[in-house]
Amino acid sequence: MAFNIYDFTSFTQSIDEALYEWLPPFWALIVEMTIIGLVFLIGYAIIGLFLVYAERKVCAFMQNRVGPNRVGPYGIFQTIADFIKLLMKELVYIKNSDKLLFNIAPFIVIIASFMAIAAIPFAKGLHAIDFDIGIMYVIAVTSLGVVGVLLAGWSSNNKYSLIGAMRSGAQIISYELSVGLSLLTIIVLAGTMQFSEVVELQSSGWFIFKGHIPACIAFVIFLIASTAETNRGPFDLAEAESELTAGFHTEYSGIKFAFFFLAEYMNMFIVASIAATVFLGGWMPFHIGSWEGFNYVMDFIPPLFWYFGKTAFIIWLMMWFKWTFPRLRIDQLLNLEWKYLLPINLVNILIMAFIVLMGWHF
Amino acid sequence: MKEIINLPVRSIEEEEYHINMGPQHPSTHGVLRLVVTLQGETVMKVQPHCGYIHRGIEKMCEKDTYQQIIHLTDRMDYLSAHINNHAVCLLVEGALEVEVPERVKYIRTIVDELNRIASHQLWWCSFGMDLGGLTCFFYGLRDREHILDIFEESFGSRLLHSYYAPGGLMQDIHPNFQKRTKDFIKYFRKKIKDYDNILSGNVIFENRSQGIGVMSKEEAINYGVCGPSGRASGWECDIRKKYPYAMYDKVDFREVLSDKGDTYARYMVRIDEMRESMKIIEQLIDNIPEGDYSVKMKPIIKLPPGEYYQRVESARGELGIYCISDGNKTPVRMKFRTPSFVNLGVLDKLSRNMKIADLVAIGASLDLVIPDIDR
Amino acid sequence: MNSFYTYFADIFRGLKSLLIGMSVTGRYFFSPGQIVTQQYPENRKTLKMFDRFKGDLMMPHDTNNQHRCTGCGICETNCPNGSIEVISDRIELPDGKKKRIIDKHIYHLSMCTFCNLCVKTCPSDALAWDQTFEHAVFDRSKLTKILNKPGSSIIKDIE
Ligand code: SF4
Ligand code: SF4
Repeated sequence: MAFNIYDFTSFTQSIDEALYEWLPPFWALIVEMTIIGLVFLIGYAIIGLFLVYAERKVCAFMQNRVGPNRVGPYGIFQTIADFIKLLMKELVYIKNSDKLLFNIAPFIVIIASFMAIAAIPFAKGLHAIDFDIGIMYVIAVTSLGVVGVLLAGWSSNNKYSLIGAMRSGAQIISYELSVGLSLLTIIVLAGTMQFSEVVELQSSGWFIFKGHIPACIAFVIFLIASTAETNRGPFDLAEAESELTAGFHTEYSGIKFAFFFLAEYMNMFIVASIAATVFLGGWMPFHIGSWEGFNYVMDFIPPLFWYFGKTAFIIWLMMWFKWTFPRLRIDQLLNLEWKYLLPINLVNILIMAFIVLMGWHF
Repeated sequence: MKEIINLPVRSIEEEEYHINMGPQHPSTHGVLRLVVTLQGETVMKVQPHCGYIHRGIEKMCEKDTYQQIIHLTDRMDYLSAHINNHAVCLLVEGALEVEVPERVKYIRTIVDELNRIASHQLWWCSFGMDLGGLTCFFYGLRDREHILDIFEESFGSRLLHSYYAPGGLMQDIHPNFQKRTKDFIKYFRKKIKDYDNILSGNVIFENRSQGIGVMSKEEAINYGVCGPSGRASGWECDIRKKYPYAMYDKVDFREVLSDKGDTYARYMVRIDEMRESMKIIEQLIDNIPEGDYSVKMKPIIKLPPGEYYQRVESARGELGIYCISDGNKTPVRMKFRTPSFVNLGVLDKLSRNMKIADLVAIGASLDLVIPDIDR
Repeated sequence: MNSFYTYFADIFRGLKSLLIGMSVTGRYFFSPGQIVTQQYPENRKTLKMFDRFKGDLMMPHDTNNQHRCTGCGICETNCPNGSIEVISDRIELPDGKKKRIIDKHIYHLSMCTFCNLCVKTCPSDALAWDQTFEHAVFDRSKLTKILNKPGSSIIKDIE
């Protein structure tokens, strides 16, 4: 079993082969799926908890505070303590709520985000599944989450929740367009929707550099639209705690609230990974044209490190947005999408197509 | 009893629904209850219900001596506690025709203005937070902390000071007071630029506040909306200019006015007022004359029989105190005309046909302090 | 053409204002030296309150366990909240004169609004402020304090 930190292909393949050798194919498949599921579940929990911690630290530093610093050194166990607290909290059942939908909603939200990570390549050969329509799949799956949000708002039998859910519906449906179109710009440049190929194509230069101006515009639009899609500030209208107390999850408590909370952070992670993969080269190291020495040193840094570094950078950007800007109003939010992002995006795709036709990209 | 509970409610159309904002709601800043009639997200009507923090301060005043009343007024508008104290002191001093020493006037003016800045800082941070800019909250509180430190060093407490007494002050200022105040002004002149950068110039903020909740000058006068909110509609209602007390007729400052009358104007007026307050402090802080910090008052103050009215400009507007005395050591009636209560009246007018988010913004821009509404 | 121009001008003006806003938070993010948080229980040793801080009412006693309170009750009448109860005794002096002395000076911290009137009006300056601020207790009765220490007496020359 060859374990290579730069290329996981042989590693995953050897596990696969070993399993099929020991077990009948059906059971091998089941075991394989279980292993992957467990790995993702654990990764999901760890990343989610870490992101909550990171968010609290980042916002604390932006606000001249120190943030959590009591539980463990620098407060790193704070979120775990919070999680345990949420686990032990009472689940409040709401009178006259739609019990079934009310209970199902957090799972829909969390499953949607769970499905999306499957397609993300963490390093060379390290992804659960490599569709040839990977990007499309991720876009489709992430937008499922809104169903959970809508159900949560509807079934809680609370007017604040309902307003929040309706806002979230309007918001996600319109911003879905911008996310899709900005990714389409890059698909035009790349000519493929398969994540592994998209990354492979960026070995000679990240798409944000290759596609220069249109790619940069697409990147900015993607950042804005995906921040809106994940319901984060300044687009956190569905929660809008100064208007709607907590929006769609007002009535949720305990572990169900934790699910919403975790899903929000995982969505952020997924969106950041997509941005990192599609625009910033995923796990590809940073290369500059003909600087052999420099490129060699960059190659030395393991791809996992590159991947998480880029994702962390984008997450940090999104946190920076959230902790700086005031919230938009619902009509302004839709204005921004339909009057600014969408037309710019459409023109941008045309320009990109033109550039690709003329071969002006690098 | 039945009639009181079943207040006549306008018959509602089918699409309209009510939500209760408050008494526990993040953006009512206290226990104010707003029954909001909505159509979709559009506000059709706002009915404020107050009284959740009514403590009967006016009634309590009737059993307290004039010195004791001071500590009750602290608790009305707790963000401008000094200014509330000032009103009672001026009322008693005016009725007894006592002339307080120059030093007292200087100190009172400086402390009032510091208090005004602190109040506006807290307003700024909660305003930012109501619009969703959570970081503002911490910047505002961080800077307010410096003023609270000044207060704590000289007066011994941070929020409710009871520092003024009829005839002067409780105690003299701390020797560090002047230095600390000057340091603060230097510090805050730098930091107020952050306020502009992070909120005032921000495009999201401008869109959220410009043209929202427009109040004309006539409306402001009709509803009696005073203070910075009234001045944002172009109504010159600054008591410090119109009926000067303490040192306000000797210092040079501008009455900040705006003719727009929207949320943004109310915001900018307050930001500029902080600058004006700093200007007032700078003019006075170096020239505090030597002298007594209080005149000798009788241990039991009795006002001559009659009616008295005294007004001051608190951080939210005109604070008026109406007092009837029958010559005893306690007043017969004490009535406070508190600015927040009057300003609350216009909330319904301004927020009709706006969105819920605008209602929050308008409410924040009126700078309501709930204990000041209920007393 | 003009509206076309304003459309883009708006976008760039908006983006610029957003970047200015971000520069503020970004600057603070990268300057942790500006953090203002006080690490409270850790800095307990070095934390010093201002000497005028009104924490807790107390009656200063000197080394001979003597205080200055005559038991006149003025603080009690001046307190707006009834948080002071003065219980005095009458004793007979050796020369036959009767004299009032303090038996118990009871102070209810839970009812005090720190208005400073008692300290200010006490004719013999017997009261003062303590700078303690950790007032949280599990039992409300602990907030009722007797200010004169047991066995204390009044300083001779105070009348
Ligand atoms: S503390 Fe002062 S005012 Fe109170 S009883 Fe003693 S001497 Fe009188
Ligand atoms: S400070 Fe005021 S409330 Fe407290 S005991 Fe003294 S007089 Fe009473």
